[in-house]
Amino acid sequence: MSFAPEVLERLERDAKEIIARYPKPRSALLPLLHLVQSEEGYVSDDGIEFCADAVGITPAQVTGVVTFYTQYKQEPVGDYHVGVCINSLCAIMGGDQIWRELSEYVGVGHDEATEDGKVSLERIECNAACDYAPVMMVNWEFFDDMTPAKAKQLVDDIR
Amino acid sequence: DEPPARAAVPQAGQDGLVLLRRVGAVDPASLDDYRAAGGYLALRRAFALGPAAIIREVLDAGLVGRGGAAFPTGRKWDATARQPDHPHYLVCNADESEPGTFKDRVVMEGDPFAVIEAMTVAAYATGCRRGFLYLRGEYPRALWLLTNAVERARERNLLGVDILGSGFDFDVEIRRGGGAYICGEETAIFNSIEGYRGEPRSKPPFPVEKGLFGKPTVVNNVETLVNVLPILTGGAAAYAAVGTGGSTGTKLFCLSGTVRRPGIYELPFGATLRELLTLAGGVPEGRRLRAVLLGGAAGSFVRPGELDIPLTFEGTRAAGASLGSGVVLALDDSVDLTGVLLRIAAFFRDESCGQCVPCRVGTVRQEEALHRLARGSGPADVALLRDVGRAMRDASICGLGQTAWNAVESAIDRLGVFADGEKGRAS
Ligand SMILES: NC(=O)C1=CN([C@@H]2O[C@H](COP(=O)(O)OP(=O)(O)OC[C@H]3O[C@@H](n4cnc5c(N)ncnc54)[C@H](O)[C@@H]3O)[C@@H](O)[C@H]2O)C=CC1
Ligand SMILES: Cc1cc2nc3c(=O)[nH]c(=O)nc-3n(C[C@H](O)[C@H](O)[C@H](O)COP(=O)(O)O)c2cc1C
Ligand code: SF4
Ligand code: FES
Repeated sequence: MSFAPEVLERLERDAKEIIARYPKPRSALLPLLHLVQSEEGYVSDDGIEFCADAVGITPAQVTGVVTFYTQYKQEPVGDYHVGVCINSLCAIMGGDQIWRELSEYVGVGHDEATEDGKVSLERIECNAACDYAPVMMVNWEFFDDMTPAKAKQLVDDIR
Repeated sequence: DEPPARAAVPQAGQDGLVLLRRVGAVDPASLDDYRAAGGYLALRRAFALGPAAIIREVLDAGLVGRGGAAFPTGRKWDATARQPDHPHYLVCNADESEPGTFKDRVVMEGDPFAVIEAMTVAAYATGCRRGFLYLRGEYPRALWLLTNAVERARERNLLGVDILGSGFDFDVEIRRGGGAYICGEETAIFNSIEGYRGEPRSKPPFPVEKGLFGKPTVVNNVETLVNVLPILTGGAAAYAAVGTGGSTGTKLFCLSGTVRRPGIYELPFGATLRELLTLAGGVPEGRRLRAVLLGGAAGSFVRPGELDIPLTFEGTRAAGASLGSGVVLALDDSVDLTGVLLRIAAFFRDESCGQCVPCRVGTVRQEEALHRLARGSGPADVALLRDVGRAMRDASICGLGQTAWNAVESAIDRLGVFADGEKGRAS
C-alpha cells in the first residue's frame, strides 16, 4: 500500500473509531470509502485495499460496493468537479444544450477530467434545485439559472 | 453563491405556515434561535405524555407518511414499539432523490433542529436508543447544518444520555449516501448502512419487524417526522382539524416548471391543483399549460382540464394519479413530451439496481420502445409498452420497478401522446 505512513496512521485511527460504532464492522464500509475518497479525491486500489483490510472483507467485495454508488469515483476527479443536471426538467429548460456545449468546450465527457486535473465533468440527475432550473453544481454547490454561455464562463473563472 | 433555503420558499415569513414557519425566520445554525421560536417544546411535552400517549396522539392526528406511500405513521410506531426484540432502530429517510422533489432539503437547511428534535420524539415513542439520518450524498449544506444541530443538541443534553433528566438515552448518526436513487427505498437504506450494495430486500417482513441489522426499525421521511412537532405542541384534534378526513394537516408541494414562482409551498390538504398553481403566480404570460406531472418520475401526468383535483391522497387516487412525494411539475405546450418521457425512462433504466428481472429488462425495453415511437413507429410499440409495464408493475420486488411505467402510461392515456401517429408534440 502506498499511503504515506503518517496518512496511513491517521486513516487507521479514524477507521477504528468509525468501526467501533457498529454491531458489525462491515457497516463502516460506506463511511470508510468516503474517508479514503476525501484523502485521495477518488477511491484508488489502495483505498479499496485499506477498506477491505479494515472491515475484514475482500477487495472484490469492496469493489462491488464502490461500483454501485455513483459518488465513489474510480478515476481522479478534477479540483473542480462540475455537474450539469440533465434530469427531465433541467434538460428541457436548457440542461441538455448546456451539457453538449460545455462538454465540447472543456473537451472531456461524462466522468472525465481535463489533462491538467483542474476540471472534471459529470451528467447528474435531479439535484433537488428544480426551482432554479437549469442548474449546475461545482463540488456539489449549485448554481442556478444557467445558460451555455454562463456555464463556460463559470468554468473559465474556476480554472 | 448558492441561494439560501429561504429563497426556495416564496411564502417565507407569512402567517399560517406550520412546517415552514421557521424557514427563513431563524438562523438554522443557532439552537438558541430554534428554542426562542418554539423549539424543544414538543420534546418536553413528549416526556410528559410518555410513549404510549404520544403514539395515540400521532394515530389520532391521522398523520400518514410523506415519503410517498402514505402509510399511517402511528401504526408503524405502534408496531415497532410492541416488538419484544431489541434494540430498536430509527431511520430518518433523507435520501430525497425523486426527480422534482426538493422539500426535505429545504426543511433540513432551513430548520435542521426540527428534524433532530422530531427524531428524538419518534425514538422515545418507539423505544429506540439509536437513530440514523440517511442523507442524500449530494447535500453538503444540509450535512453541515445537521451535523451542527446534532453537536449543539449534544452540548445541551438534548441528545445523549438521560436527555433532560428523562432517563431516556438517544443519539443520532448522520450517514451520507453515495449517489443512488434506489437508496431512498427503505430496505435499500438498511443494506447501505450495513455496508452492502443498496439493493432492496423483499417485503414482508416489514422493517417494523426486521429492519436495520435485522432488528425492529422505524423508517420515516423528513417531512413526516417534522409533522410530529405540531401534533404534540398543538394536540391531535387541532392538527386533524386541518385538511380533509382522509388527509390531515398540511403538505409541502415542490413546484417547478412553467409557473411564475417555483419553489416549496405549504398548503392544507384539500387545496386544489388550480389553487396551488395560482399561488405560484400561474403560468407565465403567453404560455399555455400542456400537462402537470404529479408525484415525480414515479407519478403521473394530469391534463390542464383536471386542475380541480383536490390535492389529497384520496382525491388524487380517485383521479387515477398520486401525490407521491409532492412533486408538481408544470409543462407548457412548447415542451417535447416524448423527450420528457425518454428522459424519465432513461432515469429508471439507469437507476434500476438490476436485482430482479422484470425491472432490469423492463426498464430497458420501455426505453427502446419509446425511442422507436419517437421516430414514428406505431401502435404495436404502444401495446408492447403496456405489456412490459404490466409485468414491471406486477412482478418487481420494489417500488422502483412497480412505478417505472406510471408516467409513460399516463402520458399515453391522459395526454394522448403517440395517438394517431402523433410524436409527442403538443397538439
Ligand atoms: N421521496 C422520494 O424521493 C421518493 C419517494 N418515492 C415514493 O415511495 C413510494 C413507495 O415506497 P415503498 O416504501 O415502496 O411503499 P410501501 O407501500 O411498501 O411502504 C410504505 C411504508 O409503510 C410501511 N408498511 C407498509 N405496509 C406495512 C405493514 N403491513 N406493516 C408495517 N409497515 C408497513 C413500509 O415499511 C413503509 O415504511 C412511492 O409511492 C413513491 O411515491 C419513490 C421514490 C423517491
Ligand atoms: C425507489 C424508491 C425510492 C424511494 N426514495 C425515498 C426517498 O428518497 N425518501 C423517502 O422518504 N422515501 C423514499 N421511498 C419510500 C420509502 O421506501 C419509505 O416508504 C418511506 O421512507 C417511509 O417513510 P414515511 O412513511 O414517513 O413516508 C422510496 C421508495 C422507493 C420504492
Ligand atoms: S424493482 Fe428494480 S430497483 Fe427494485 S429491486 Fe427490482 S431491479 Fe432493483
Ligand atoms: S431536474 Fe435538475 S435539479 Fe431537479
